[in-house]
Amino acid sequence: MTDARDPDTPVGADMATVAASGAVAGGGPVLRTRARSQWWDVWDQFRSHKGAMAGAIIFLLIVLVVLIGPYVWDVDPTKTNIRARNAPMSLTAPFGTDQLGRDIFARMIEGGRVSLAVGMTAMLLSLFLGTLVGVLAGYFRRLDGVLMRLTDLFLALPLLPLLLVMVLLFREPLTAAFGIEMGIFILIVSAIGITSWMQTARIVRGDVLALKEREFVLAARATGTPPRRIVTRHILPNIMSPIMVSATLGIATAIITESALSFLGLGFPPDFPTWGRLLNDGVPYLELYPGRAFWPGMAISLVVLSINYVGDGLRDALDPRIRGR
Amino acid sequence: MTALVKVRDLRMHFPINSGLLRRQTGAVKAVDGVSFDILEGETLGLVGESGCGKSTCGRAVLRLYDITGGTIEIDGRAIEHLSQSDLRQMRTTMQMVFQDPQASLNPRMTVGAIIGEPLLEHTNLSRAEREEQVQVLMDQVGLNRAFVNRYPHEFSGGQRQRIGIARALALNPKFIVCDEPIAALDVSIQAQVVNLLEELQDRLGLTYLFISHDLSMVRHIADRVAVMYLGKVVELAPRDALYDAPLHPYTEALLSAVPEPDPALAGQKKGRIVLQGDVPSPANPPEGCNFCTRCPRVMDVCRRIDPEFREVAPGHWAACHLHDAEYNANAGQTA
Repeated sequence: MTDARDPDTPVGADMATVAASGAVAGGGPVLRTRARSQWWDVWDQFRSHKGAMAGAIIFLLIVLVVLIGPYVWDVDPTKTNIRARNAPMSLTAPFGTDQLGRDIFARMIEGGRVSLAVGMTAMLLSLFLGTLVGVLAGYFRRLDGVLMRLTDLFLALPLLPLLLVMVLLFREPLTAAFGIEMGIFILIVSAIGITSWMQTARIVRGDVLALKEREFVLAARATGTPPRRIVTRHILPNIMSPIMVSATLGIATAIITESALSFLGLGFPPDFPTWGRLLNDGVPYLELYPGRAFWPGMAISLVVLSINYVGDGLRDALDPRIRGR
Repeated sequence: MTALVKVRDLRMHFPINSGLLRRQTGAVKAVDGVSFDILEGETLGLVGESGCGKSTCGRAVLRLYDITGGTIEIDGRAIEHLSQSDLRQMRTTMQMVFQDPQASLNPRMTVGAIIGEPLLEHTNLSRAEREEQVQVLMDQVGLNRAFVNRYPHEFSGGQRQRIGIARALALNPKFIVCDEPIAALDVSIQAQVVNLLEELQDRLGLTYLFISHDLSMVRHIADRVAVMYLGKVVELAPRDALYDAPLHPYTEALLSAVPEPDPALAGQKKGRIVLQGDVPSPANPPEGCNFCTRCPRVMDVCRRIDPEFREVAPGHWAACHLHDAEYNANAGQTA
């Protein structure tokens, strides 16, 4: 998976790493470590992970296109042109047009903004909730039973009916308070966030339970470190890996769930493009115009894959035992 | 000399929950009525076989557990009922060195951060002052100052244990519980670490509770030795008295198992006592004396009455009916 272990990797690349670690020694007879910030070490390790670097570049590119795209490619994504419907890829419409003649590239850019924003925010929310519940349940014995039963409760809830009820109940007040787009954005993000934290909570709780019995946590207690700082200083940094994995998977789930909601007519309005909606719109035309489902699907996969690799690289870079190897 | 640590009738029972409602159905009596004093500046060795409650006892004395019963007094202050937040201030007086130097250091923190953590928690030193103090501590335990930004996995076992010792020393404690600090180390490194502990004791006037199952090492470092069996101290005596004339049959058996380093003398060792059977479960200890199921000199009374832990000879305590004139006619002679 990591390119560093790939036998095809030219030897020169590894030599560069060796030379870099040689610089650590300082060149002098005394083996002195640098006093420079640890974040430089993290960056060095991250840079040496080729998959992570490729992932980071692709992800940044997608974000850039989505952010700057509308200024460069100023085609109105909602403008219909029946004469040019279902057009193939061309210079005037790079990804072709849909059944109403709308430019798919422009719609992808517009939809990417929403999908990425929903994905990232929902992922952060579910990560926050999951980590909070997991750490509290794992570390504080008294809360364990209550919080884990709550988690089971959420896992047992049928998600779609719950989302339907939430949307029905809160769509009106939220759109009234924040405007139609912002209101629905908040609704969808919180709906996805509070229905997808359970896996993270369970994984985190398990790791915290194991970590809590390690001697360095006991040593911190013997030092008199209060529980909240034991959690932030000793527990959280050591459960980074499962949190990272949950995060990368969470983005994908959030984007897909958003498309499912939109498909059911509960998310954004039908003419409002998101990647998930574009994908769903393209499915009926899969045989005639496979490009219509291909491009949004490609975008979602690329985002998920690149974030996965970034997460992988970050996890390695943040672990001092792997760093510098 | 006054007693820095006074432990009376310390009990640490872990509940066993079972059944559908997870009701408590019993308790593992890991430590069951342990009493001892540790004088200021001395080392009390605590020995016993695996699972006899040595480590639990050490941790309970520092109140890392909420104890079931008994009293603990450290430096003139009773700590058995203090809440964990009140204990915080006391933590500067009492510290601990752990068995596994790999597990007791957070793999994600640098050496400087690990040694500096107690300072960060208990003092208001500025960052620069703290770093300076960490360097002084590293000098004290013989670590190269240049290693301050390294991570625990970059060190050898002995060096890691030095980091653990430096952390324990950071707040100038009076009392340190050493929980098998040498058990996970190479024999050649063990000597280094023990010498370091002794040197620090001379220099800083530390008091140790030295937990170990290595009888030879305890003989080397301890002033007095307590022997534990199944959650109880069966014998407590000054080092030489205990090693030369053990009073409890369990201590005798334990000492007879120490290997003889001289091959020429190895075969001639007299009276190797081999105990039969296993240690009973601490959840269900036998009636009477805990050792009655395996004792080579068991009497009828041992199976009925739990022997009292009493001073048999001056400074030499034991819990055995053999030394009780009421039950054993030869009591006077054996003592």
